[in-house]
Amino acid sequence: MDFTYDDEQQALRDAVRGLVGKKYADFENRRRTVADDPGFDEDLWKSLGEMGILGLPFDEEDGGSGAGPIEVGIVAQELGRVLAPEPFLTSVVLTGGLVAMTASDEQRTDVIGALSSGERVLAFAHHEPGSRWSTSARAVTATRNGDAWTLSGVKEPVIQGARADQLVVSAALPDGGTGLFLVDGADSRRNGYATHDGGRAARVTFTDTPAVPLGEVTDRSAEIALVLDGSRIIAGNQAVGAMEVALQSTTDYLKSRKQFGVTLNTFQALNFRAADMYVALELTTSIVAWATMVLAEGTPDEVADAAARASLQVSRGGRHVGQEAIQLHGGIGMTAEYAIGSYTSHLTALDHLFGDGNHQVGVLAGRVGSYDEVDPLA
Amino acid sequence: MQLKLSPEDAAFREELRTYFTTKIPQEIRDAVADRRELTKEQFVQAQQILNAGGYAVPHWPEEWGGRGWSDLRRHIWHEELQRANVPIPLAFNASMVGPVIAAFGSQEQKEKFLPRTANLDIWWSQGFSEPDAGSDLASLRTTAVRDGDDFIVNGQKTWTTLGQHGDWIFCLVRTDPDAKKQAGISFLLIDMTTPGLTVRPIELIDGGHEVNEVWFEDVRVPAENLVGELNHGWDYAKFLLGNERVGVAPVGATKRVLASAKKWAGDQLEDPLVAGRIVELENELLALELTALRVAANSADGKPHPASSVLKLKGTVLQQAVSELVVDLAGPASLASGAVDGDTDLDFWTRRATPAYLNLRKASIYGGSNEIQRQIISRTILGL
Repeated sequence: MDFTYDDEQQALRDAVRGLVGKKYADFENRRRTVADDPGFDEDLWKSLGEMGILGLPFDEEDGGSGAGPIEVGIVAQELGRVLAPEPFLTSVVLTGGLVAMTASDEQRTDVIGALSSGERVLAFAHHEPGSRWSTSARAVTATRNGDAWTLSGVKEPVIQGARADQLVVSAALPDGGTGLFLVDGADSRRNGYATHDGGRAARVTFTDTPAVPLGEVTDRSAEIALVLDGSRIIAGNQAVGAMEVALQSTTDYLKSRKQFGVTLNTFQALNFRAADMYVALELTTSIVAWATMVLAEGTPDEVADAAARASLQVSRGGRHVGQEAIQLHGGIGMTAEYAIGSYTSHLTALDHLFGDGNHQVGVLAGRVGSYDEVDPLA
Repeated sequence: MQLKLSPEDAAFREELRTYFTTKIPQEIRDAVADRRELTKEQFVQAQQILNAGGYAVPHWPEEWGGRGWSDLRRHIWHEELQRANVPIPLAFNASMVGPVIAAFGSQEQKEKFLPRTANLDIWWSQGFSEPDAGSDLASLRTTAVRDGDDFIVNGQKTWTTLGQHGDWIFCLVRTDPDAKKQAGISFLLIDMTTPGLTVRPIELIDGGHEVNEVWFEDVRVPAENLVGELNHGWDYAKFLLGNERVGVAPVGATKRVLASAKKWAGDQLEDPLVAGRIVELENELLALELTALRVAANSADGKPHPASSVLKLKGTVLQQAVSELVVDLAGPASLASGAVDGDTDLDFWTRRATPAYLNLRKASIYGGSNEIQRQIISRTILGL
């Protein structure tokens, strides 16, 4: 049992912090970047590719850098700390993760190579109007014509769907089950828009759109579930980074802002609320670190369990920290110009990307009677 | 980052599990699992069995029975005791006065007290709090005045837990009335059979007799029972209270009760509201346990970790929340707390639920109330 990062991992953290910090440590730069499409910095994306960051989760033979969830988690924490809008989580971890798990050798080399170098942005077209957080597809259907496949239907919201060079699309198969297909972004009809936290999403419409099966045509629900679980855990890392800074900004503010002629940390009512934020952050940090280790070492069932548990705590802790951060800042926390409200907005987005706290309670409640106690050391 | 225990630590865990579940009498472990009040004899028997195996005071200096374990092993020890429903070695002996005597006592005091303290041949009581010195402990007023080879002690201590069993009491007493608050306090060991010392029970809201008042009326204490230096008692008290970074949060015991609650719940587990509530508690306990592990696994310097306050704060809140859940599961049967076996058709756990719940309201008050913990977090960690 060891919760510490080794020297190499610390060096990775420093390198990423240096790179994204240079760009976004000044919040005004982030505001400018998210104001225009595609909502992130293409040059920074390329730099992350050159540094090997975008290839971290993937094997070296596919063009990746051959690291693991711990390293990927470190990157997510650092992106979360400055609210970097680059789509590392959705393009690399989620969509790249699906490709790495299901693609043919040839597809994998092509797609993972281009993704890792920063040449290509991917998006997973999976959410459908009316769907919650499912592992299957219904509204988009796949049709076979000889050896060729086409897709029809609507996916929305698709994170970075308008910018993506290539889409991985989940679709209902003719004989049941949910398959995965590769589609050139330009072959679909895309209506892009901003998300509340400065990100981008789109409605993506397929009308007999040509699609290439990712690997074999077969039900991929299990793979989708597994990659979603891994993405939940990495999203938790990103949330922890954002929560750390939200608390830090709040305590800095309490120490500097004056009312009634004194700084706000004169008032115990406010300090105690900050103490409770710290408790929430510590609990969340611990469970996310544990889940990240489970992702690195555990079985798919263990990963699913850890992902649900971590996501539940991230949801509860993230809301607590995000809401209190605004309250303790007062009116300035409501403004778009000041960073703190954007942290709350981003935490809210992360919470609803892969399943919120109540969703996870539902998942866990279904099996709560089947075991005696949770033993993280077992 | 490493998820699993090392093979050595895993074997260590297994060794403890076997010892605790085979050597400690089932009757005692059942009493703990049922949340019954233990008798003095049960406490003593359990601790003596632990001590025989070297498991009563592993954190003491090795010369006096300590084992030189890592903090992680101490954490495992503490969790496994609770998992096996073994009573934790009496805190007043094992965690409080023992380490103070070992660190600051004279050689004579060590030889006289430490072996018998480890073995619970002496039952220690704690004489810190007073009617006007609670969270503000340093405002205590019990005095000790030098008279030849003795101190004469006068005053009153309160909230003395299980003082009715006590053989000796370790006290903070004021030895310099003119010094600034903390500076005039000394640490004194007092034989509770000394004339002038009276123990009076305090009845609590759960109907039990757990705490006491201890009155001192011209109690004559040999000066050789002063620990360390005169007027340095506050330093020793701080050492005692800040000594712990392991075992601060009662995670294992709370997990046992929650696991029992799932069994007690029966069909109520089908109710999504009940199942959801249990899931939330289980998850917060997991996050807390992992935080305790993070604190234990990452400490090499032996200093109290600031996150100890998080463990105390959240640990007691969850302990209370689980006890509250059990009352709700018991429903109307929880009213029958006064019924005795043979005169009732209601299960014991339902009758025990509310006294246990009421009793545990103390948890967020003792050992530094949760408001004191928030104060520590906001000051020392957040710099507010």
